[in-house]
Amino acid sequence: MKLLPASVVIVVFSTLLFAVNDSNLPETITDVATIVDKANIMAYYQGKDGKAKVEMTITDKKGQTRNREFIILRKDIEDGGDQKYYVYFLKPADVRKMVFMVHKHADINKDDDRWLYLPGLDLVKRIAASDKRTSFVGSDFLYEDVSGRNLAEDAHELIETNDKYYVVRNVPERPDTVEFSSFNVWIDRKTFIPMKMEFYDSKNKLYRIIESQKVEPIEVKEGERIQKFPTVVKSVVSDLSTGSKTEMEFTDVAYNINLEDIFTERYLRRPPREAQR
Amino acid sequence: MIRYKWSIVVILVFVFTLPSVAQEDDASDLNSLFSNLDVHGFYEIRSGYRTRKDKYEKDMSVMEQRLQIDLSSYLDWADFKVKGDIIGDLVEEQVDFDLREAYMFTRPYDFMDLKVGRQTLTWGTGDLVFINDLFPKDWQSFFIGRDTEYLKAPSDAAKISLFSELGNLDIVYTPQFDADRFISGRRISYWNSNLGRLAGRDAIQHTDKPDRWLRDDEIAVRIYKNINNYEWALYAYRGYWKSPGGQNASATQAIFPDLNVYGASVRGNVGKGIGNLEFGYYESDDDQSGENGNINNSELRFLAGYSQEIGRDFTAGMQYYVEHMLDYSQHKNSSPSGLTHDRNRHLITVRLTKLLMNQNLRCSLFTYFSPSDKDAYLRPNINYKVTDNLAVEAGANIFFGDYPSTFFGQFRNNTNIYTALRYSF
Repeated sequence: MKLLPASVVIVVFSTLLFAVNDSNLPETITDVATIVDKANIMAYYQGKDGKAKVEMTITDKKGQTRNREFIILRKDIEDGGDQKYYVYFLKPADVRKMVFMVHKHADINKDDDRWLYLPGLDLVKRIAASDKRTSFVGSDFLYEDVSGRNLAEDAHELIETNDKYYVVRNVPERPDTVEFSSFNVWIDRKTFIPMKMEFYDSKNKLYRIIESQKVEPIEVKEGERIQKFPTVVKSVVSDLSTGSKTEMEFTDVAYNINLEDIFTERYLRRPPREAQR
Repeated sequence: MIRYKWSIVVILVFVFTLPSVAQEDDASDLNSLFSNLDVHGFYEIRSGYRTRKDKYEKDMSVMEQRLQIDLSSYLDWADFKVKGDIIGDLVEEQVDFDLREAYMFTRPYDFMDLKVGRQTLTWGTGDLVFINDLFPKDWQSFFIGRDTEYLKAPSDAAKISLFSELGNLDIVYTPQFDADRFISGRRISYWNSNLGRLAGRDAIQHTDKPDRWLRDDEIAVRIYKNINNYEWALYAYRGYWKSPGGQNASATQAIFPDLNVYGASVRGNVGKGIGNLEFGYYESDDDQSGENGNINNSELRFLAGYSQEIGRDFTAGMQYYVEHMLDYSQHKNSSPSGLTHDRNRHLITVRLTKLLMNQNLRCSLFTYFSPSDKDAYLRPNINYKVTDNLAVEAGANIFFGDYPSTFFGQFRNNTNIYTALRYSF
């Protein structure tokens, strides 16, 4: 019997091993803080900056729809910490070229700074931003859904670990500041992307659901390497109490685009190229 | 004289920067200008009536159709925009064209922005109260119930902005004085101090407006910096009172005397809301001593404001504003038609805005109230977005006053209600 060369044996074995490993589940994490930290980074802090075109369709209970379209630019000051957002509106026509800018603060005692630029008046407006749980541009998404809810706002508990998800229950530390009593998040065990969120009201009745309906890998250059960032490209929120629904679709997604500090009055008054073209 | 020198400086800046940005002209530029063209605008019908009889004005306060066309395009090195309104005006019984914007914008260097042409300009921290913003206003449009956007009249100017770590600098040069679209009596009746009574279409104000190109110019400067999201700014202006600030010796024409303004402002988070402070010294340059009763006195102007979210989609804002005359005794002694002003004009404004029905319905009330003049001006407005393109609105301009000569009191008979429908595309 002819013996296979040792190297071939090793290659075959390692491939088998790898394959077996791959089909298996990744290592199980039991620390809930690690899970929610990773999920927070995946949902809001991938790359050092990012860009996307967002199309929003709001459908009320009668089936009437309204559309919003905007370019969103983001830059992280620190992973899991402060961030800056720049939103340049394309539709509807009456808000075209309006700009909304946020300097988000991770410190829960510090309100975010928000600005609005109204092009018709050439007016830079500062907006008071104490309530983050108000509707974003009249949709079923709230400001906090778009820019992320601070992890320190909730107590987290890992209530289930199954083949696909970590299920985390979140109870607000300051219940008087929010309209829900708790919410559960289904976090994908492989990607750590939050795939579903269910919100319960004060009577423990489910009234609001956010689902990540489509996740795509986006190619990103990190130094010399090409990496793929799994990214939610379609997200839907359903408000069961009002019968209203909002779909958000992301196109032209890009990461690490080397955004300068465009989050200033200069670029409020005149958008950067990244927002316009 | 000084004005003349300023204009030379500004022209030199242009001569040196433009060639560096305007690279080789070629036919492909024209092609891309067309292929990048973006066309938008709106069509609007607006009608309003006076609720009180005004013997000097028509009953219709506003009755017009308006088509706005907004064209924008760009090349590698610049953005271009032209926006104009065609208005069929039944009050004036004429068709009018109002060119709102026509400008070129470019970023020739990392540290510089340049915007040249007809443009809308705004700075300062006040909400519908202006101290250091000396760009032209259209008070007539504001009072008859046009969209708030029309409070800002366009400037024909060049704006140079320079940016650095130390601070940012804006210089706005207007080669020919752009006055306010002020209350002349044509659409709004007013207190005429020469006649000693209210007047309107029977006594439309004639003005002697400075209009020499590059001589009767204006320059406005702002230095600003954001420090930990507190926005600090210093301002200076050299030009003219934007609405008539006096009259000639024979009292036949209203004039726009020289005006210099120096000021400062700050805006930022205060508690749960946004606070702002602004100050301005108005130097009435043609009457430094305050002895000429025909020309506005020098003034100090001060503003303090605060706004906060007081409920879901419900915001409230409040401002206190004062105008303080600096040479009051001289003014008092020299005033020809008796005393018409207090030394201090105090003004309080309150803004309430509530959004309802998924933010498609906006209810707002803006109130000006002067305890010293004993007058008030209320601006209630309801706007509903029927669809993404179609909006309907209704509102009113309500004036109160104990005296016929005070700032808002003189407009009592112009109280009006209006309604409008706008289709945006």
